[in-house]
Amino acid sequence: MEKKPEAIKVILATDCGSTTSKARFFKKIKNEYRFVASGEAPTTVEAPFEDVTMGVRNAVREVEELTGHKILAPNGIIVPARSEKEGVDLYVTTSSAGGGLQMMVGGVVKTMTAESAERAALGAGAIVMDIMAVDDGRRPHEKIGRIRHLRPDMILVAGGTDGGTISHVAEIAELIDAARPKPRLGTEFKLPIVYAGNIKARECIQDILDKTFALKMVDNIRPVLELENTEPARQVIHELFMEHVMSHAPGYDKLMKWTPIPIMPTPAAEGKMFRTIAETYNANVIGVGLGGATTNVYSIYEGKFVRTVSANLGMSYSICNVLKETETKNIIRWLPFSMEEEDLHDRLYNKMIRPTTIPQTVQDLVVEHAVAREALRLGFAHHKLLARPLRGVQRARTIADIFEQKTFEETYIDMLKVDWLSGTGGLLSHAPRRAQSALMLIDGFQPEGVTKIAQDSVFMMPHLGVLSTVHPKAAIEIFEKDCLVRVGTCIAPRGTAKEGEELMHVAAKMPDNSTISEHVKFGSIKKIPLKEGEKAELEITPFHGADIGRGIGKKRKAIVEGGVVGIILDARGRPIALPNAEDERKRKLIEWFKALNAYPEKLYETWGG
Amino acid sequence: MGRMNNTMSSQAYTPGLKRKSATIVQQTRRLPISGDVLVKKGDDVEAETIVARTFIPGNVHVVNVVGLLAIDPWETSRYMLKKEGERVGENEPIAMIKSFFGLSKRYAYSPVEGFVERISDVTGQVLVRENPSPLEIDAYVPGRVVEILPNEGAVVETPAAFIQGIFGVGGEREGQLMTVAAYDELLTAEKIKQECKAKILVGGALVTGDAIKKATEIGVKGIVSGGINDEDLTNFLGYKIGVAITGHEDVPFTIIITEGFGKMNMSKKTFTLLNEFDDRQASINGATQIRAGVIRPEIIIPRPELKSEELVKYKEKKEFLEQGLVPGTTIRIIREPFFGALGTISKLPVPLRRIETESDVRVLEAELEDGRRVIVPRANVEIIEE
Repeated sequence: MEKKPEAIKVILATDCGSTTSKARFFKKIKNEYRFVASGEAPTTVEAPFEDVTMGVRNAVREVEELTGHKILAPNGIIVPARSEKEGVDLYVTTSSAGGGLQMMVGGVVKTMTAESAERAALGAGAIVMDIMAVDDGRRPHEKIGRIRHLRPDMILVAGGTDGGTISHVAEIAELIDAARPKPRLGTEFKLPIVYAGNIKARECIQDILDKTFALKMVDNIRPVLELENTEPARQVIHELFMEHVMSHAPGYDKLMKWTPIPIMPTPAAEGKMFRTIAETYNANVIGVGLGGATTNVYSIYEGKFVRTVSANLGMSYSICNVLKETETKNIIRWLPFSMEEEDLHDRLYNKMIRPTTIPQTVQDLVVEHAVAREALRLGFAHHKLLARPLRGVQRARTIADIFEQKTFEETYIDMLKVDWLSGTGGLLSHAPRRAQSALMLIDGFQPEGVTKIAQDSVFMMPHLGVLSTVHPKAAIEIFEKDCLVRVGTCIAPRGTAKEGEELMHVAAKMPDNSTISEHVKFGSIKKIPLKEGEKAELEITPFHGADIGRGIGKKRKAIVEGGVVGIILDARGRPIALPNAEDERKRKLIEWFKALNAYPEKLYETWGG
Repeated sequence: MGRMNNTMSSQAYTPGLKRKSATIVQQTRRLPISGDVLVKKGDDVEAETIVARTFIPGNVHVVNVVGLLAIDPWETSRYMLKKEGERVGENEPIAMIKSFFGLSKRYAYSPVEGFVERISDVTGQVLVRENPSPLEIDAYVPGRVVEILPNEGAVVETPAAFIQGIFGVGGEREGQLMTVAAYDELLTAEKIKQECKAKILVGGALVTGDAIKKATEIGVKGIVSGGINDEDLTNFLGYKIGVAITGHEDVPFTIIITEGFGKMNMSKKTFTLLNEFDDRQASINGATQIRAGVIRPEIIIPRPELKSEELVKYKEKKEFLEQGLVPGTTIRIIREPFFGALGTISKLPVPLRRIETESDVRVLEAELEDGRRVIVPRANVEIIEE
């Protein structure tokens, strides 16, 4: 029997990631839901194990060992709880194992309906393998070959405004039908296709696709050019993910019997929690999930939610793809010590082939942190390509647009207006000092103005995301108390100056009414300690044409929150300029690490600082 | 292979490389799409015996009939000379329109031999599909068919020595093993002679770029070595590897590395085992997939001389070892600062322990071969199965 929400005392949530399955154990303690323990084990969805529940059991067993609470039954999870020390009242799970939800999208015009379809699929937590459009420059047989080769889990077809031409979207449907892609999982089931195009073309699409595929019709994603309506497509993608995709992945038939609550794609659950931050604090939020296989970036900016996934930018099994996408020198530039290129390559390739290993030496840790900065930077660059205004819409350019030489190709995200920057994922959550993840986030995203930095304490945002669908109260309580770590606030002017020139002055009125005055020179970082939960009043004055969010050279007053690191005064300029000379660059990095006490002090000496 | 029991404990599963001098290897030989199985249960097969065959649907070509005949899309069917499903030859007319009272004719031709798959009166396009092409899969290892997968393939079983590498490129190949370098030497071009042709070369802590070039010239079937430099791998493949999913590369031979990237002595036990079977016929596959659940490259040396009672003994041992990390388990450390060191587990403390990076992690205590006692994260060891 299912319990009422208020009667739920013990909760288990798991996430089957691409590399690791993670169990999180929550309990109601004195009327409040809290995080208690976690367990992790390698995911077992693919050969030779081919049963996702084995990895889940192993992760849960670790929780059992650490807490002494019995959770596992011979064939699943003990639900509901039988005593104080046995069973749980609620079990929920997310999954991105086996490559997550892999989709292909199609539309008529690449930059219009196809782009809207891409945003809808990404928003639903999918990895978009390819984007097909009538005008994408490929010949029909090339497109057919591509669809056959990729074997997506699901296809989303959009195209045309309501009442517009039918033939173009029919052409895409005909190509899909000709390709007859075989699903990745199981040869038995019909490949799901979601049609979210011109409603007038529905009959025609049905004729072409209904025989071979599991076809589902939803409202047009672009009913008129000026409107993008991705929500209906997104919802159906979630339903089909459970019905068609998950039920065919190895072991998921069992896992689905362990819980009556639908399994959510990990990124969808993660995105839900970033949206919670935006809604709770009425703020513009940028979030990132830096995983082993992918980097997911989320923006909730002036009410618009966009998620992107960089499918092969990750910190374990796709770590070499980060190396491939950026350049060796771009990773080495973040190292405060000398390292031969070959040595770096060997380390990263060896991590790729043994992805579950963790750094045991600080040197190894710093190397991974350097790669992470690049993965974040590339992931965000990718995100900005999709977080841009709808195209195909007539717009009048204002005088201001002309002055700023703005084009509508550019992202609408203005870093000066971003209030929160928040991160999750194994590497960020497990960074031994929070200052390390703060620096990685700041270096990767380069926030400007006044930005709160937060992070997931032990990687539980996906768990809380799926929990919030059935028990929002528990999810929010745990999120506030145990998940969201306030790292601090970053104060960073946009602009540059000459080395040694003062870029900003910060006058701070601290909680004890004392005042602090900091003159921050270009190229440096300073820290004002301010604890979590405390607030300080700042007056920030930018110099040399820099902007702190109120216009060039204009003062800004702000009440800022503290955190485990404090207030970070970042006057390194935007974009952050690293010195070209090697010794100078290393000296600078050590200076920045020291300013935030990011790594063990004794090491700076050995690194040459 | 690979069906593991379901009752492993949480500390049990650390992916380890298998190195067995005798075991029963089962190879599932499966078609990508359904087809005909050509063998029966109980059949004895050679490595090259074809076990299943199917036909892969041909490529599709789009003929823009509406444009070629200058008609409206809805008229397409009316001007077709061929119906859906009908066979067509290369350059054969498939649609025609007459104008000026039949004086002028316009045609649309099929670009390939095949059949008409679809005539669309919506888009005015006609799809012509090429004839299907045959696809066969062989047994890969000599042995006995123990299971038939109806319409899909068969499971072939053989007693064999079985060794996994850590990473490989290139697909299935068969050939004679030939040791050309010691476990701690460099496998250089000088070590590859004319008599290496069609052989699977074994040895070395590192296979050099020159050796790979020489091996290509001579025409070897495979190289099994301790390590490789990423640059040499990139040159061999013609592109950089970003994600470790391999096995389908178009390369002249298969490379399997047993330890990792850079110069790394081949584990003595792996080397001794391979050396023991010098001159024997082996089946190798470089296919590697590192993600949730790992596929490692493999070297299978069939041993038909082994008796079944001997194998029962090995089978029992196998189950014992799959219990995982327990005190006494032989392990190898797979990350700095003890990368490559072998040892045995002495303790498995339950509480988290703080390591140099200041992370609190689950650790184990191991006694290394050289007598040192070290603490390492449990995540940084692999089990050596023997």
